[in-house]
Amino acid sequence: MSVDTRTATPAAVARATRPSLSRRRREDNVRGWLYCAPFLVAFVTFLLWPTVYGLWMSFTGRSLTGANAGWIGFANWSEAFADPEVWSSLANTAWFTVLSTIPLVLISLALAVLVNLGIPGQWFWRLSFFLPFLLASTVVSLFWKWLYNPQLGLINDLLGKIGIDPIPWLSDPNTAMHAVVITTVWWTIGFNFLLYLAALQNIPEQLYEAASLDGAGKWRQFLSITVPQLGPTTVLVLVLQILASLKVFDQIYQMTGGGPAGATRPILQYVYEAGFTGYRLGYASAISYIFFFLIIGISIGYLVISSRRTVKS
Amino acid sequence: MTAQALPRTSPASVTQAARGGNRRPRPTAGRVVALVILAVLAIAWLAPVAWALLTSLKTEQEAAAFPITLIPAEGFTLDAYITTLSEGMVPRWAWNSLLTSSAITLITVTISALAGYALSRFDFAGRKMLLAVIVASIMVPGQILIVPLFQQMLTLNMVDTYWGIILPQVIAAPMVFILKKFFDQIPRELEEAALMDGASRLRILLQIVLPLSRPILGAVSIFVFIGAWNNFLWPFIVINKSELMTLPVGLQTVISAYGIQYAANMAQAMLAALPLIVLFLFFQRQIIKGISTTGITGT
Repeated sequence: MSVDTRTATPAAVARATRPSLSRRRREDNVRGWLYCAPFLVAFVTFLLWPTVYGLWMSFTGRSLTGANAGWIGFANWSEAFADPEVWSSLANTAWFTVLSTIPLVLISLALAVLVNLGIPGQWFWRLSFFLPFLLASTVVSLFWKWLYNPQLGLINDLLGKIGIDPIPWLSDPNTAMHAVVITTVWWTIGFNFLLYLAALQNIPEQLYEAASLDGAGKWRQFLSITVPQLGPTTVLVLVLQILASLKVFDQIYQMTGGGPAGATRPILQYVYEAGFTGYRLGYASAISYIFFFLIIGISIGYLVISSRRTVKS
Repeated sequence: MTAQALPRTSPASVTQAARGGNRRPRPTAGRVVALVILAVLAIAWLAPVAWALLTSLKTEQEAAAFPITLIPAEGFTLDAYITTLSEGMVPRWAWNSLLTSSAITLITVTISALAGYALSRFDFAGRKMLLAVIVASIMVPGQILIVPLFQQMLTLNMVDTYWGIILPQVIAAPMVFILKKFFDQIPRELEEAALMDGASRLRILLQIVLPLSRPILGAVSIFVFIGAWNNFLWPFIVINKSELMTLPVGLQTVISAYGIQYAANMAQAMLAALPLIVLFLFFQRQIIKGISTTGITGT
C-alpha cells in the first residue's frame, strides 16, 4: 500500500479539492463507461447479442450449413409445440427435477442439522459431503457408470450379498432415471448442505436458551425455532435447486446418452440434437426459447415471493 | 485485517465459544446416534471415490475380474496412471484445461473488478440502468445460448480455438455484482486522501482497493476457476479437434471411442479430479465461506 505521499503545495491542494461538480460528473461519465468497457464488450458480444440473435433465429429456417436463413414466421414454434419429442423431453426434465429436488433439499437439511449438533470432526464431515460437488461431470459419470456396471459394479455386488438380483441400472428404462438421480444427489448435495449449515449457524443462540427456559424439549425447539428460522434459506435452496435441475444435461448425456429409448433425454439434449446433429439451428433456437421462458417464469416467481417476504418483515 | 483481529472479542465469538464449551463434553445418547448416522453417510459419500481409486490401482485384468475383489491378489500397481500419462492425449487435455481455465479466471477477475469498481464509485449517466441489466442477466441460463453463441463463434472464426473456449466464459454477472457490493463497503476516505495527493483512479484501484479486497478476489477466482475447469457443455460444443479439447470433453470422447478399460478410465478420472481436490484442501475455508455467505457457484 505505498500510496504516493509527496507533499503538495497548498495551491495544488486547493486546485485538487475544487474541481467543479459538473466537471467531476463529466469525468465520472467517461471513466465509468471506460472502466465498464471491457466487461461490456464481452457481455454484449457473448451474452446480450446471442440472446437477441437466438430469438431472431427461431423465426428462420437456418441450418448449421448456413442455408435457409430467411424468415419463416412462427413455423418453428408451432412445429415445436406439436413435436412429441419436445413434450417427452420436457416431461423427462420435469420428472428429473421432481425426483432430484426433493432429496436434494431434505437430505441436505438433515445432514446440516446432524453436523450442526456439535459432533466432533466438523472438517471431515464438510469434506465428505462437499467433495463430490467439486468434480467435473465427466469424472462423476465415469465413477458412477463403473459403480452401476451390471456384472462388475460395486452396487450390484453389494446388493447380491443381501440377496438382491443384479439390476441393469442404466439400461432399463424403469431404473435409468432413478440411477441418474442418485448420482446427481451424491454429486451436488454439498452445495445445499453448506447453505443450510450457514443458515443454522446464524440462528441466534438466545432463541434456544429462551425456549429451554420455557421448558421446550429439543424436538419442540427444532420444530418451533429451527424450522421457521430456516424458511428463507429453504425458499432459496428450493429455487436454486429447481433451476439447476431443469438445466440438467451433462450427467444424463454422459451416463445414458438420453436413453434407453429416450427415457432420460432432457430438453437441453433435444436442443443439442436438433441443432448440432440435426443441423436445424432455427428449430433448436425455438425449443431453447420455450425452455428459456419456463426458467424466466420460475425466476420471476421467486423474486415476487421473496420481495413479498421482505415487505412483510 | 481488522476483521481478523476482531473476532476474539466480538459477541458472536463469545457465544460460539460458550456454545462449543457447553456442547463438547456431553456425549448424550442422541449425539452418539447422530454420530453413527453421519459416519455411515460419510462412508457412503466417500465410497464412490475410494472405489474408483482402488480400481485405478489394479491391472486391467484384475479390474475386470469376476467376482470382484477389494484388494487385488497381485498387489497394487500404477500401470494405469503410467499408461495414461505416457500414451494418449490426457496430458495435452490437462494442459488445455489449465491454460483455458487460468485465462478465464484472469480475464474474468480483471474485467469484473474494473466494472464493479466503476459501478461502486463513479456516478456516471446510465449507471443504475447498467446495474439492472447486469443483475437481470443472471437469470439468463447460459445453456439456452449454445445455438446462437455457436453461430456467433462461426462468424468470429473462433470455432476450434482457445479463444472460442475462453471468451464466452469470461462474463460473470454475479461476480461483478458481488465485487461491487464488496467495494461499496470499503470506506471512501481512504481513497479521498490518495486523490488529494494526486493519485490516479486506476492507481487507487490497484494499490488501495484491490489489496483490501484480497479475500473476496480470492473467493471469486477460486469459483471461476472451478467452474471453468469443470465446464463440459460449452467446450464440448465449440471444440471438435482432439488436440484442443479440455479434460472433461476429451475424457468423454475416449470413453465413447474405446469403451471399456476400467482401470485406465478410473485413473483418468482420478487425474482429472486431483487438481480440484488439492485446490479444495488448500482453500477449504474460502470455498466454504464463499458459498455460505454469497451462494455463488462455479457456473
